[in-house]
Amino acid sequence: MLNAKPTWKSTIKALLYLAPLLIITVIFTVWPLINAFLMSAYTQYNYFTNHVNAIGWGNFITLWQDPTFHLACRNTLLLTLVVMPLTVVLSLFIAYGLNRNEHLAGFFRTIYFLPFVTSTVAIGLVWNWIFRLDGGLLNHVLGWFGYTAIDWLNDPHYALAALMVVCVWQGLGFNIILFLAGLNHIDQRYAAAARLDGANAWQRFTNVTWPLLLPMTILIVVKTTLTNFKVFDQVYALFHGSAGPGNADLTLMYYLYQKFYVENQYAVAAASGVVFFVLVGGITLLTYGYFRHRRRRMGGRL
Amino acid sequence: MLTIGAALTLIPFVWMILTSLQPAATTLSIPTSWLPHSLNWVNYLHIWQAAPFARYCLNSLLVTLTTTLGQLLTSILAAFAFTHLQFYGRHSLFDLLLVLMLVPGELLLIPNFITLAQFHWINTYAALIVPWLVSILMVVTLHQAFLAQPKTLYYAARLDGASDWQFLWHILVPTNWPVITAVTLLQVIGSWNAFMWPLIVTNDETLRTLPVGLMAFTTEQGTNYPLLMAATVCVIFPLILLYLVLQKYLVLGILPAHLKG
Repeated sequence: MLNAKPTWKSTIKALLYLAPLLIITVIFTVWPLINAFLMSAYTQYNYFTNHVNAIGWGNFITLWQDPTFHLACRNTLLLTLVVMPLTVVLSLFIAYGLNRNEHLAGFFRTIYFLPFVTSTVAIGLVWNWIFRLDGGLLNHVLGWFGYTAIDWLNDPHYALAALMVVCVWQGLGFNIILFLAGLNHIDQRYAAAARLDGANAWQRFTNVTWPLLLPMTILIVVKTTLTNFKVFDQVYALFHGSAGPGNADLTLMYYLYQKFYVENQYAVAAASGVVFFVLVGGITLLTYGYFRHRRRRMGGRL
Repeated sequence: MLTIGAALTLIPFVWMILTSLQPAATTLSIPTSWLPHSLNWVNYLHIWQAAPFARYCLNSLLVTLTTTLGQLLTSILAAFAFTHLQFYGRHSLFDLLLVLMLVPGELLLIPNFITLAQFHWINTYAALIVPWLVSILMVVTLHQAFLAQPKTLYYAARLDGASDWQFLWHILVPTNWPVITAVTLLQVIGSWNAFMWPLIVTNDETLRTLPVGLMAFTTEQGTNYPLLMAATVCVIFPLILLYLVLQKYLVLGILPAHLKG
């Protein structure tokens, strides 16, 4: 009973415990994973009869030549490149501040975390109302400072910026919690020792806190990047079911949704899903690789 | 600095509530009055008449409860097996799950839709619930928590004559209550707020969950913002309440394993 050797009998028993998990995982994760790659190769596909007439690279060529897909890639990259660093830096800043006065931390943490529990659709709708040209809060406030009103949601020049604001606002709380946990984990004695050696606050941060926080920073950078690559709900709610003026806020996920659900081009949509997967996987690996390289370098210096 | 940040976080919520208390006519005139002249709860009554929000609420409750309970059951059973049972292929199976966890759900959206269509499940509750009865993340989180307990607990229980099943429900689950609460809370938040999946697999009005219903309501109501904001407040209020009560567990749920102790 208590020895560590598996037998066929114990394997069958374990499988009974695992059966519900395995059955659903095979049907709704393993099979669709395979099918996603298969479908991306179907060039003549009848969804209603589930009949495949031809396979090939056609869908990827279609994507390669589709200016709308280029736009979706560009928007997603731009969104991530602006929102990710901004969210990470701001949340590190706030978490560092919260970590230094503990009695306030609980209260502020509750507030900063509210967007995380709030439905993204609800968030999008509220920001739609805030961004509105007539009667919107933001233009009202800008008016006090003498700026002319901007039509955030209908001007293609500003529509992506509006989405960025929403994503930063929504993403801060989660990162703050993670950074706070990372900061709490760091032994206070390191900073105390550095202080004794005459390091000022900035030196203590750059030479003690930052290197020790690096594993958490890597995690947060990867998580934030992935979150921003998957943006869909925010766009849908912010523009009331469209991708913004002139597709200004068309993200990769929105492109997939549109090809799949609106235009019924299942195979092309599946192909865009595969491209999305490769991009996300590649970026994750690159980020981990880069930070590991840096950590090794910093480790040598310390 | 921290106060400004907190204020910026809160403003959309405050603005949502203030707007919801205004009579419908004022917001379409320019400029908007900041504070409602009188507390005006009428929008909160109107939304229940303007759309079948009671139905959306029930749908959301049903989907959230069944998916969360289902995930708890499948994950607790599996995490127990991975922690305490000996079987062939234990490590490779767990590694496989870890790899599957990295697959973005978005990639699976279309093939899963096709599978459901072949099952004739599109536009049914089954489509909203069954694919979500499993969460690998939950299995991994629970497995890590179970591993952190001394293995002697299991041996002692078995020596005292408890079966695996009894150990699981009478000792393992009660002693791991905090982490179970944490994963439950995270899942409730996820299910309640899920949008893209219910949007795609249902187009029947009677099957709409709250986020989908809210979006449909927007399309139908146009720019009646006070009414819309009242509906939004109703959608987010239950979760905010739950969060305020259980927030310490939430932190436990999202932290990476090595920081939990």
